[in-house]
Amino acid sequence: MAGLPSPNKPLWLLAELTYACPLQCPYCSNPLDFAQQKTELDTEAWLKVLREARALGATQLGFSGGEPTTRPDLEILIAEARKMGYYTNLITSGVGLKPERIAAFKAAGLDHIQVSFQASSAELNDYLAGTAAFEHKQAIAREVKKQGYPMVLCFVLHRQNTDNIAEILDLAEELGADYVELATTQYYGWALVNRDQLLPTREQLQRAEPIAHAYQEKFKGKMKIYYVVPDYYEGRPKACMNGWGNIFLTIAPDGTALPCHSARELPNLTFPNVQEHSLKWIWEESPAFQHFRGDEWMKEPCRTCPEKAKDFGGCRCQAYLLTGDATNADPVCSLSPHHETIVAAINQANPDLPSKALIFRNPKNSKQFSKI
Amino acid sequence: MIDINQKISISPAYRFQWEEAQQCYVLLYPEGMIQLNFSAGEILKYCAIPEQSVATLLQSLQQAFPEIVDIRSDVFAFLEVAHKNGWITLTE
Ligand code: SF4
Ligand code: SF4
Repeated sequence: MAGLPSPNKPLWLLAELTYACPLQCPYCSNPLDFAQQKTELDTEAWLKVLREARALGATQLGFSGGEPTTRPDLEILIAEARKMGYYTNLITSGVGLKPERIAAFKAAGLDHIQVSFQASSAELNDYLAGTAAFEHKQAIAREVKKQGYPMVLCFVLHRQNTDNIAEILDLAEELGADYVELATTQYYGWALVNRDQLLPTREQLQRAEPIAHAYQEKFKGKMKIYYVVPDYYEGRPKACMNGWGNIFLTIAPDGTALPCHSARELPNLTFPNVQEHSLKWIWEESPAFQHFRGDEWMKEPCRTCPEKAKDFGGCRCQAYLLTGDATNADPVCSLSPHHETIVAAINQANPDLPSKALIFRNPKNSKQFSKI
Repeated sequence: MIDINQKISISPAYRFQWEEAQQCYVLLYPEGMIQLNFSAGEILKYCAIPEQSVATLLQSLQQAFPEIVDIRSDVFAFLEVAHKNGWITLTE
C-alpha cells in the first residue's frame, strides 16, 4: 500500500500463551469461542516469536492468557526472554501459583508480576471469579512482594465493584502494591454479552472518581494508581492500542498475530499466523496490520476531524460491534452518528431494571457461543 | 538537594539499558518504558557505574564532553528531575 508511513516498532509484545484458566470472569477479554481453540504454540515456536519480535524492537513482553502459569514451560520462556533483553511481565490471577514457582520465575529472571483481583471482598471476588480464590490471591500477592518483585495489582472495574473503590485501594496498599491499575471493563467479547449487568451508572462514576483522585494524592510516591473514566461516559474514544499496528503486537495461543486481543472479532480480515510467516512480514507488510494504519480508511466525521491524530477514531472493534462497520467512528464519540447506541446502552444498564444473570466465561458457555 | 559527595545509582525499580532497534537508552519498569534523549542517556550511563559519587560522575562527564563549558548545571538540572521521578537513588 503506497502512501502509508513506514510502521513504528512493536514495542509491546503480548504473548497469550494459553486460553486455559481456572477462573470464569464474566468480563474476560478472551474470545467467546475460546473452548474451540485448543491449539497452542509449543516452546520452540514461542521462542521463535520472542526472537523475531525482539529483533523488530519489542522491549516490553507480557506473558498472559488465559492463565499463563498453566504452561509448564513458562520458566524456559522467561529465562530466554530475559537473555534476549526483554523486560518481562507476568500477568496472572495467582490461582494455582505456589511460592516455589514464584521463586523459580525469579531465578529465571522475571522482572515483574501483575496479579489480578476481582474485588476487595472474598464474597464478591469469588462470585465473579466463579471459584474460591480470594484468600489464595492475597497470599500470592504477599509472596510476590516478599520475593522482591515490583507488583502491579489489577482490578477490573464495573457496576458490581465500582462502589468499593476505597476498599479496593486500601486492600492494594495493605498488600504492598507498587502500582494499582483500576482497569475499565472493555465491552467486547464476554463483557459485551454481560454489559447490562456490568456497565457502571453515571452516579457510581461520579462517586468513584473523587475517591480515586483522593487516593492518588494520599499514596503519592508510594503506590501509583492508574484510573480512567470508562469511555462510554467520556464523549471521546480512547486512542485504542495507541493506533492500529502502531506499538502493540498480540500473539494468540495458536500463533495468530493480532494488533489487539479482540481484533479477531472483526470481519473480512485474515490475521496471519507466526507459523506461516515471519513476524517482520506480519508487522511491516501483512494486509491485516496495514489495514487501519494511517487515516486513509476513515469515514466522516473522523476523516476531517481535528482530533483524529489524537484518538485515531477510537477502537475498531467497538465501532464494528456496535455499528456493524469497523471503519465508522467509535460510537462512544459524541460526534459519531451512532452515538445513540451508547446512550441506549447506558439507559439499558439501569440497575433498577430486572437483572439478567451474568454469563460466566467457562468452557460450557463458550461452547454455546460456538454453536451460534 | 543533591550533594556532590552522595553516591548515585539507578533506582532498583528501573532497568536501564541500550535499545539497539530504537538507537537510544531506555528505562524499563513494570509495563512501561521511558525513552531517553542523548544527554539523559549519557548521564544515566555514568550513574549505572557502581559505587559512583556525584562528584566523580561530573568529572567523567566533563572529560567525555570537554566542549561543554559548564556541564555541571546541565547535569544537576537533569539529576533533580531524575531524582524527583525516582529514576535514581542518592545515598550518603
Ligand atoms: S479475565 Fe479471568 S477468566 Fe479471563 S483469563 Fe483472566 S483470570 Fe481467566
Ligand atoms: S470524530 Fe472520530 S477522530 Fe474525531 S473525536 Fe470522534 S472518534 Fe475521534
